Amino acid sequence: MKPWRLSPHILLLLPAVLVLLAVVILPLILSFWSSLTPFRLTRPDSIYDFVGLRNYARLMGDGQFWSAFGRTVLLLTVALNLEMLLGLGLALLIERASRGQRILRTLLMFPMMFSPVLVGFQFKFMFNDNVGLVNNALQSLGLTNSAIPWLIDQHLAFFSIVVAEIWSSTSVFAIFILAGLMAMPRDPLEAARVDGCTPWQTFRFVTWPFLMPFAFIAMTIRSLDVARAYDIIKIMTDGGPARRTEVLWTLIARTGYADSKMGMANAMAYVAILLSILFTVIFFRKLAQSREQIAAEW
Amino acid sequence: MADLTLNRLDKRYGGFHAVKGIDLAVSDGEFVALVGPSGCGKSTTLRMIAGLEEISGGDILIGERLVNDLAPRQRNISMVFQSYALYPHMTVRENMGFTLKIAKRPQAEIDAAVAEAARALEIEPLLDRRPAQLSGGQRQRVAMGRAIVRSPDVFLFDEPLSNLDAKLRGQMRTEIKKLHARLGATVVYVTHDQVEAMTLADRIVIMRDGHIEQADTPDEVFNRPATRFVAGFIGSPPMNMIEAEVRGDRLRAPDGAELPLPQAFRDRVSEGQRVTFGLRPDDIYPTGHGLHAGTQVETRPLEVELTEPLGNETLLFIRFGGQEWTSRMLNPRHLRRGEVVEFQFDLSRAHLFDAESGLSLRDA
Ligand SMILES: Nc1ncnc2c1ncn2[C@@H]1O[C@H](COP(=O)(O)OP(=O)(O)O)[C@@H](O)[C@H]1O
Ligand SMILES: [Mg+2]
Repeated sequence: MKPWRLSPHILLLLPAVLVLLAVVILPLILSFWSSLTPFRLTRPDSIYDFVGLRNYARLMGDGQFWSAFGRTVLLLTVALNLEMLLGLGLALLIERASRGQRILRTLLMFPMMFSPVLVGFQFKFMFNDNVGLVNNALQSLGLTNSAIPWLIDQHLAFFSIVVAEIWSSTSVFAIFILAGLMAMPRDPLEAARVDGCTPWQTFRFVTWPFLMPFAFIAMTIRSLDVARAYDIIKIMTDGGPARRTEVLWTLIARTGYADSKMGMANAMAYVAILLSILFTVIFFRKLAQSREQIAAEW
Repeated sequence: MADLTLNRLDKRYGGFHAVKGIDLAVSDGEFVALVGPSGCGKSTTLRMIAGLEEISGGDILIGERLVNDLAPRQRNISMVFQSYALYPHMTVRENMGFTLKIAKRPQAEIDAAVAEAARALEIEPLLDRRPAQLSGGQRQRVAMGRAIVRSPDVFLFDEPLSNLDAKLRGQMRTEIKKLHARLGATVVYVTHDQVEAMTLADRIVIMRDGHIEQADTPDEVFNRPATRFVAGFIGSPPMNMIEAEVRGDRLRAPDGAELPLPQAFRDRVSEGQRVTFGLRPDDIYPTGHGLHAGTQVETRPLEVELTEPLGNETLLFIRFGGQEWTSRMLNPRHLRRGEVVEFQFDLSRAHLFDAESGLSLRDA
């Protein structure tokens, strides 16, 4: 009998497949399995206790989880919309600049070079109610006498987090939209002016449809980012005080490590990932639509 | 429709003087072609009329209205761009109706106007396509359709046919001519193609380095060019030209060859004056193969250096006065290279320009 041998193409693919198995598939299977158990890091044995969908069933009625879920969606909606508006404004301004455009473009990238943890610390300091820059400035200007509890009040804390997110990531939108502006043909803009458009109408009917696919790419990237927002919030408020700024991933980390309910945390994570997938699908649809609209060749 | 007046219109780009104070009056319903070599300021002039380019000096009037400081949308003009500049995300129908939609006209009126323009340009089957799904010629038609839908005061065309192949260009030229006849529109048409200008325009404006060399009917610019530049620019093959000096009643070329001074210019030159002598290929021909019966014909035996048979005519290349001349032989007979033939120079149709200024020496 001939010795059993692998054909070369399978052999050559094997290392890649093995690596993928080890670092992606296996952890996925493991974490999914653990979401079906009451696994606790303190009781390693518990990973063999199969409880079916109990974790998921509990989640469905878990008010804390759903409020974190809702807050994540809210953060995503507010931050992305504001970032898009600001990014669009920045891109339009920079595109106007006749000189120093390269320097401005480089400056635009700066916030993206900071680690989110640093951004968190920086804004935590700025919004600190006693020694923070913001309160100091407001008090010096005589706008207020009180120490505004930026990171303590539920709404103000949410606002502060949004500000930090926007500061660190508006440039993602600005860069994509700027790329779109630079790739855009000039002539239709002039045709629109001759056809009777005001500057606003030119933007609304000609420029914006062309930029939309670029904005949706940024949307997709940023929606994945914000759906797994963790570091900035962890540093600034740690989901507190009293869970008033808890989002999905701060809750998941707390459940898994602080409460050491790893099985439950994994179940939450799987639900959270569904959210990300949902947003990705939505934005990809929109992207495809708008690309088709402008007959993009990419 | 309305007339259009340019008064001392000027454009500077920083230190560069692109348009140097041009005057032009286009009357209501007139078709004016701006021609000239690349970079002479045609597009700049057109874009100033459209309001897409700030003017540095002078006035633009559409009808009685001074439009210097009006935005393009307030000028009631239509423009067809060289690149067509269609809106990529709109269908043909939307492209064409866009200007009326912006003007907030009722949908029924928009539909009617688009349908009529589409019928005139034979693009009805394309109405629901996007520009990306059209050929170059079709895009061109849509661009024209978009321009006629709004019935503007003035139509502006910037080299609208230069991206089409030769055959399509010929077709579209005819269509533009028909369209103009039907609409009676005031048109300013920029082109670098003198054939387009000659065939389409009521009046041709020849520009060079930001100024107007001559503005006249096709017949005038062809038969009575005001400058050496116009003479060389209009006509194909181009006019033969040679530097010469006035010697009594003869002209002498640098190499000593002589021709009689054309009678029309007898009293208009002085002894020893340096001039440029010009004669179109139509006016040099082997005896019996000419177009006109000249009143002052000079006959020379010359050697045929090269022949280019075109069927209905043959271009002959000959050497005289130290340079090559083109001759057009109508009703061609077979001639071989190297053959020596009697050539007739019809001096009654010759042109003479001052060598310094390049201005025609003909009486105005
Ligand atoms: N935006 C601009 N800045 C500087 N120079 C320009 C600009 N636009 C055109 N020019 C110059 O003005 C001259 C006339 O240009 P244009 O009107 O486009 O020529 P054309 O007759 O080929 O249409 C050219 O030499 C061109 O380089
Ligand atoms: Mg041009």
